Amino acid sequence: MFSPDNLQAIWLTLRLATTATLLLLLIGTPLAWWLSRTHSWLRGPVAAIVALPLVLPPTVLGFYLLLALAPAGPIGQLTGALGLGSLAFTFEGLVIGSILYSLPFVVQPIQNAFHAMGDGPLEVAATFGAGPWRRFFTVAIPLARPGFISGSILGFAHTVGEFGVVLMIGGNIPGETRVVSVQIYEQVEALQFGEAHWLAGAMVVFSFLVLLVVYGSIGRHAIPGMRFGS
Amino acid sequence: MFTRVLSFSILFASGFAPALADEARVAVAANFSRSAEMLVEQFELLQPHEIELVFGSSARFYAQVQNGAPFDAFLSADREKPQLLAEEGLAVAESLRAYAIGRLVLWTAEPSLAITGESLTANAGGKIALANPRLAPYGLAAREAIDNLGLGEQLADSLIMGENISQAYQFVATGNAPLGFVALSQVGRNGVIEQGSGWLVPAELHSPIRQYAVLLNEENAAAGAFLEFLRGPEARRIIYSFGYTMDDAEP
Repeated sequence: MFSPDNLQAIWLTLRLATTATLLLLLIGTPLAWWLSRTHSWLRGPVAAIVALPLVLPPTVLGFYLLLALAPAGPIGQLTGALGLGSLAFTFEGLVIGSILYSLPFVVQPIQNAFHAMGDGPLEVAATFGAGPWRRFFTVAIPLARPGFISGSILGFAHTVGEFGVVLMIGGNIPGETRVVSVQIYEQVEALQFGEAHWLAGAMVVFSFLVLLVVYGSIGRHAIPGMRFGS
Repeated sequence: MFTRVLSFSILFASGFAPALADEARVAVAANFSRSAEMLVEQFELLQPHEIELVFGSSARFYAQVQNGAPFDAFLSADREKPQLLAEEGLAVAESLRAYAIGRLVLWTAEPSLAITGESLTANAGGKIALANPRLAPYGLAAREAIDNLGLGEQLADSLIMGENISQAYQFVATGNAPLGFVALSQVGRNGVIEQGSGWLVPAELHSPIRQYAVLLNEENAAAGAFLEFLRGPEARRIIYSFGYTMDDAEP
């Protein structure tokens, strides 16, 4: 079955994807709400920035992250001043990279769900005297649930599938930055095809199951933001 | 470029078979990239052939050639991989030759620092970059040096691995790792460290990094001529200028 090295990589990958997804929900929800409600001229530019990782090669993100995380870079100076040291080649550095990399996969489904809900339910809630916070937590979030589910699944799966960014800022440290995709790459290069088969096969099964959940059972309820390809 | 195009068109127009001027794709271990570029520049001045270089870790090229990658020659950073390819019938056994002996440097991007083996431990908590020992002979040499200095356990948590020696160099050059093991050819000319500061790791701390080249495609005239050129005095001068040595006793 899985060797200890492979198990370590799987565990690390799950930890990374979980951490990144939780943080993405925290950051992405207000962002998606703002994008779906605002009439500001900033909406276009912000939406474009959020979508950038969809089209940019991971090497571009990796390159700029590497420069930003270095001790002389903006993030490196900040973390240095906070006494955290440089985040390149650390788990925390990968979390930052994953948040940027998977941002559109979480924000867009939630944003679409907020948008699809329309103003009606919120206005009704307002006439019953619900304040803006109450309206958001008791009306908007429950109604946008399918968007949250598909955003979480896609953000998680996309982080699991991350490779280029990790290769550039990870440094291949076992238990810290050597995630499944990097482990497979190393095993293939070292011609350990047997080991690589286990991990690569597991990735295929995992990804299929994720998409089956998204397109299959939940898909019948037409998840916003997941209509591409159908 | 224009003259090259011109000479090609003359060749074709006059009905010469393109065997005269051939193109070769050569896989080169990352440590040798600067040297190889200069060698190709020189080679193309003297010969009608054209060489396209691809850089990476020796292990990656070994795996790729095994799976049918279209390379005509392979400049590895060790002997094992080209020899295995020859044994597997994927390379021309008689063409296997050493072309350089590399040296390892413990290096930092900061200029005028005194770097020694002790810098490895003085660097408390800081990361130390090296090429992945499973994929790159220079990484293996770095690993051996660390073990021979008796620091294997102490540094276990500080090591960060580049996919090849170029990435290890890049990690240090960008300041993301304060210290790292790189090839002398990456940071020096004529055996002298030119950028940053470094410590030439004593050769007895690791097995010699003897780098071997092998012909993969016997039909390709350009690849054969290039490997021939590598053994000539002109190429030797260029190779030496990047800090490599050669022992002539070795075939």
